[in-house]
Amino acid sequence: MIDQKHYNFAFLDENSKREIRRCILKAIAIPGYQVPFGSRELPIGRGWGTGGIQVTLSIIGNDDLLKVIDQGSDDSVNAINIKKFVNSTTDVLVTNDSEKATIIQTRHRIPEIPLKEGQVLVLQVPIPEPLRIIEPKEATTKKMHAQCEYSPMWLYLYEDLLRCGKIGIGAEYPVTVENRYVMNPSPIPRYDVPKLNQAEGLYLFGAGREKKIYAIPPYTDVTPLSFSDAPFETEDFRGKVCRLCGAKGVYLDELFDEKTGEQFYECSDTGFCAKRRGE
Amino acid sequence: MEKPILYTNHLTVRYGKGCEHCLDGGNLEKNTCPICKTVWACNDINIDLFPGEILGIVGESGSGKSTLMKSLYFDFPVTEGAAYLDNYQDGTDNIFDQSLQQKKYIKNHLMGMVYQNPMLGLRMEYSAAGNIAEKLIAAGHREFKSMTERAKELLVAVEILESRMKEPPKNFSGGMQQRVQISKALANNPAILLLDEVTTGLDLSVQAKVLDLIRKIRQEFGVSILLVSHDLAVIKMLADRTVVMLDGKIIEQGLTDQILDDPQHQYTQQLVHSLL
Repeated sequence: MIDQKHYNFAFLDENSKREIRRCILKAIAIPGYQVPFGSRELPIGRGWGTGGIQVTLSIIGNDDLLKVIDQGSDDSVNAINIKKFVNSTTDVLVTNDSEKATIIQTRHRIPEIPLKEGQVLVLQVPIPEPLRIIEPKEATTKKMHAQCEYSPMWLYLYEDLLRCGKIGIGAEYPVTVENRYVMNPSPIPRYDVPKLNQAEGLYLFGAGREKKIYAIPPYTDVTPLSFSDAPFETEDFRGKVCRLCGAKGVYLDELFDEKTGEQFYECSDTGFCAKRRGE
Repeated sequence: MEKPILYTNHLTVRYGKGCEHCLDGGNLEKNTCPICKTVWACNDINIDLFPGEILGIVGESGSGKSTLMKSLYFDFPVTEGAAYLDNYQDGTDNIFDQSLQQKKYIKNHLMGMVYQNPMLGLRMEYSAAGNIAEKLIAAGHREFKSMTERAKELLVAVEILESRMKEPPKNFSGGMQQRVQISKALANNPAILLLDEVTTGLDLSVQAKVLDLIRKIRQEFGVSILLVSHDLAVIKMLADRTVVMLDGKIIEQGLTDQILDDPQHQYTQQLVHSLL
């Protein structure tokens, strides 16, 4: 049984948490740089958010209020299980309200309401290396980052434009952090990428399987890679509204009625949608 | 007197630490020290390349021609010696002593390289236009349309059809791949072009086309060319002056006609006789 009586506060032992916190500090000091860390075993399979969970467990304290979302949803199996796990080993309260939460752990989405100072958003990352799509060798990508050699990444985007007329990367759109490191913002949609720029809150990225942590500190310049005559574009939801709360200009999930085949849209951020409806 | 656009000063590329024997100038077995087995791939090379000139470097396999070219393009580290470019810091700074960023600048703005093996110089999975754009991107260009226009212009200049610019070079013949490499090397209007055995492995008719192209490029772009070949016929056709290398050393240099008509060194004489 996993609870606070049987395990250390926040499951991990103090030395492990201290090591992870040191890595987080280094990541904050060098925005966009991937800091290697000793990823620990957890009662969850690698690749199921263990990087994000380790970051959350290392920074969480008694006064925190935790929110966990999975692709925008507060109620998915993954989100519920992570919430239960953290709550049972820390007694920290959980919430669905992204404005009240001090730590938000998420996968594939950033909440609609922008982060405020003091809030931390922890993103689960499957593949932290943005250059992996062009270079399979870790030693080579490390060298490319060190030498600021990002021409092949730009070439990848150029080829997309040349062959298809547009850049085809949907999620995980590469960004430049503080005009230095090219970074993978995790598989968030393009819609969420501008939220990383000059944000008031702190973004932490944890990749458990790949054993990397990186960060975007508050008020950091984050620019998506784009050509001067082919600017970065986000998903377009013009003319579409959430059928539940009527929200416009937010990231919407496209759904179909199984019986009628009718197409409709709902807010991807369920906490935001519920709050609008007064739930 | 006209200043050379590129000159090297005692350029040496050595593989191994060396020993008292070879470091003090003792005899080598070909280019290898008989005692410590250190390989002297390039040994005390002094060459100069003048603006608009084609300087041929000829020699047998393993004589250090390609090592010299790749060292000048920063592909191989140089053990000793220096190289100076007239259009970089007014020719006062050794290019091998520069920072990584400066070396990238020199590679991307001041020089272009065409490798013997197109696999080294091209990304076979990307389009021909993309390969040229890569060089432009490396030089800091970030405008899609202008890069594509430039790629189109260069591909047409090397007689590759505009309709094939989106095709990857792996679909091209050997001669076409070399032509894409040449257009890539010319992307940023470099003052110096390094051509490493560009016609090797091509059939005679394709060789002739590539050689014509090199001549045309020199006229149109006014570029200075360092041309490595083991084929004296190629050197005879293109080079103004020729350097003959053997076992990592320069054994003879002078005007190409002079080298061919009146070779002084025994090896050069053999080489010339084998041509005739």
